[in-house]
Amino acid sequence: MRKIDTVGMDFEALNALLRTTQGDTELENCLGQRFIGAGMGPRRITIRGVPGNALGAYLNGASIEVFGNAQDAVGDTMNAGSIIVHGSIGDTAGYAMRGGKIYVEGNAGYRAGIHMKAYREHVPVIVIGGRAGSFLGEYQAGGVIIVLGRHTDGRPIVSNFPCTGMHGGKLFLRSSCETIRFPDQVTARAAQPEDLEEIRGILEEYCGIFGLDARDLLQAPFTVVTPDSANPYRQMYVPN
Amino acid sequence: MSGIQYLFPEYEVVRNDDRCIRCRVCERQCANEVHCYDEGRDKMFSDESKCVNCQRCVSLCPTRALKIVKSDCRLRENANWDSDTIREIYKQAGSGGVLLSSMGNPKPLPVYWDKILINASQVTNPSIDPLREPMETRVFLGKKPEKIVRGEDGRLVTDLPPQLELSLPVMFSAMSYGSISYNAHASLARAAAELGTCYNTGEGGLHEDFYPYGPHTIVQVASGRFGVHEDYLEAGAAIEIKMGQGAKPGIGGHLPGAKVGPDVSRTRMIPEGSDAISPAPHHDIYSIEDLRQLVWSLKEATGHRKPVIVKVAAVHNIAAIASGIARSGADILAIDGFRGGTGAAPTRIRDNVGIPVELALAAVDQRLRDEGIRSQVSLVVGGSIRSSADVVKAVALGADACYIATAAVLALGCHLCRTCQSGKCNWGIATQRPDLVKRLNPDIGSERLINLLTAWKHEIKELMGGMGINSIEALRGNRKMLRGVGLNETELRILGIAHAGE
Repeated sequence: MRKIDTVGMDFEALNALLRTTQGDTELENCLGQRFIGAGMGPRRITIRGVPGNALGAYLNGASIEVFGNAQDAVGDTMNAGSIIVHGSIGDTAGYAMRGGKIYVEGNAGYRAGIHMKAYREHVPVIVIGGRAGSFLGEYQAGGVIIVLGRHTDGRPIVSNFPCTGMHGGKLFLRSSCETIRFPDQVTARAAQPEDLEEIRGILEEYCGIFGLDARDLLQAPFTVVTPDSANPYRQMYVPN
Repeated sequence: MSGIQYLFPEYEVVRNDDRCIRCRVCERQCANEVHCYDEGRDKMFSDESKCVNCQRCVSLCPTRALKIVKSDCRLRENANWDSDTIREIYKQAGSGGVLLSSMGNPKPLPVYWDKILINASQVTNPSIDPLREPMETRVFLGKKPEKIVRGEDGRLVTDLPPQLELSLPVMFSAMSYGSISYNAHASLARAAAELGTCYNTGEGGLHEDFYPYGPHTIVQVASGRFGVHEDYLEAGAAIEIKMGQGAKPGIGGHLPGAKVGPDVSRTRMIPEGSDAISPAPHHDIYSIEDLRQLVWSLKEATGHRKPVIVKVAAVHNIAAIASGIARSGADILAIDGFRGGTGAAPTRIRDNVGIPVELALAAVDQRLRDEGIRSQVSLVVGGSIRSSADVVKAVALGADACYIATAAVLALGCHLCRTCQSGKCNWGIATQRPDLVKRLNPDIGSERLINLLTAWKHEIKELMGGMGINSIEALRGNRKMLRGVGLNETELRILGIAHAGE
């Protein structure tokens, strides 16, 4: 594995260096450099420290593992690959992602999974270990978002306005969600065993990475949210 | 009450029965099912209520037996309550829906191009004959260096930021696959390649068949990010971030699921039949700094090899917005005026939001000059560029190039019936129905586009030659070549031109 000490290196220099190297790479002392791994195909990038915004934007098959927190726009418009964060992440994670997975050990900020899509064999997955901020799954058009609620600060599993404009995909919250308000155009119900069967493989992989037991996680009640229609705005218009 | 038909058909189908040979071409050609044949009476009939006046039947009638005229059955309109306004009330009262329209703003608001006149040389400086003398219409879009830099060996440093080279200052602007047909895209792509300019994918992704036209393709990234992936970004000659559109500033887009068939689904990378919703804002952009982040993420993802365009609608404070965009790292700024076309926009937005691109262009060019950052971005303007004269006026007002789309679809056969949203375009342009799409032959379509821009190029050269100017470079921002007619002091000040006679 090639190691790069990123101290004093700005994002342009760091990414230029990354583009010219092949194979497994470890970035040490990362401190806010943006766009790490943007558009990169299959390879492994390990990051120690805190990468900056837009980590793994347009990611196209690379596997990124962060030992630390990550900032905003993790996996923006990601197509394939994986981003694993041993920490928490900022806002708009997985914006419009179409494939691959983002596994977060801690919490996520606002608008996680916004406009996430699915297409044929591409089914993107976001798993958030702790809690999610407001507008979780906004405009969600496909894919799977799972929030495990393993946070310990007593706050609700998700803040305000989850699933606003959702018109595809599925969202799982490891909570009975009694105090959570969902918009009219989605259905939120208690997950049945067959629902949980769908995500068992994902959870087992997640638990393998973070040293947890999937069976323990599945003991708690889950709520599953799905949209009522893939065409939510059809009736709004009159031709003129 | 519900049975009463408030809306009388807008058009009449006038058929000359002596000429009609009952060939039923009109019937087969009309996707709106206006015409029908009564066998018993051996007669063609029409249901005018379905007619959109697209003139397809008129054009294909072999005996010229048909014409479509505006009905003279008028509502009791007056200067305040005109017919359209009353009809819109009836439509909304009957449906409760938001009015949805297509194509550009049809309202009689000022078209400044028509109030600007171009100069010509007389006596004191010679005009140039473009048929005999060299004339340069080529332009390069992208950041230009502020000053000449020499290396240690004394030689000029010539490594410029990435540039987009065009053989003439006109490109085809964004129209997505989904809003227009495969054959329309094929026509645009081929024409752009042949002409040495670019077409623009719009926000619907790039069909796999069109990747070979990549060097003449601008790939768009909008809030919905449809079909955006690494190969797509790499395929284009430039990447355009769509922040806004002239026909509908401030709102997003919405391709109804009915238009998302197998091919559109594959290109947009979304499931068949699901609505393609582009949210109004990019939800990760709340500031110029955030825009800068998207610009740079695209540059990083493509190794800084492609210019990044930021497209915005012309709105009230466009000069300040443009200044921010110029500082965001964008290479090219595209401004779309309020007369720009669309496949569908809420009528109220289309007709009431935004400003004319002529004023926006003049204000932006001046502001960027005042701030000393004009060379940091190239300026492209669209939003109803209708002729070579509009192009010349735009360049003289400060544009580096123009975007055309309505003019391009007109070249492909569009008759501006303004019902693109129905998906039943009889000309095979704004439709995904295979039987309609095949009516547009890309061989003919691309040829007509090439003809149009070849003609414009000749006219641009003649207009420039008349002024004694032999390159677009020398015309750009040369406002002394323009004069206004019938404009007030404020309009002249914003346009930065004198009145005719001054």
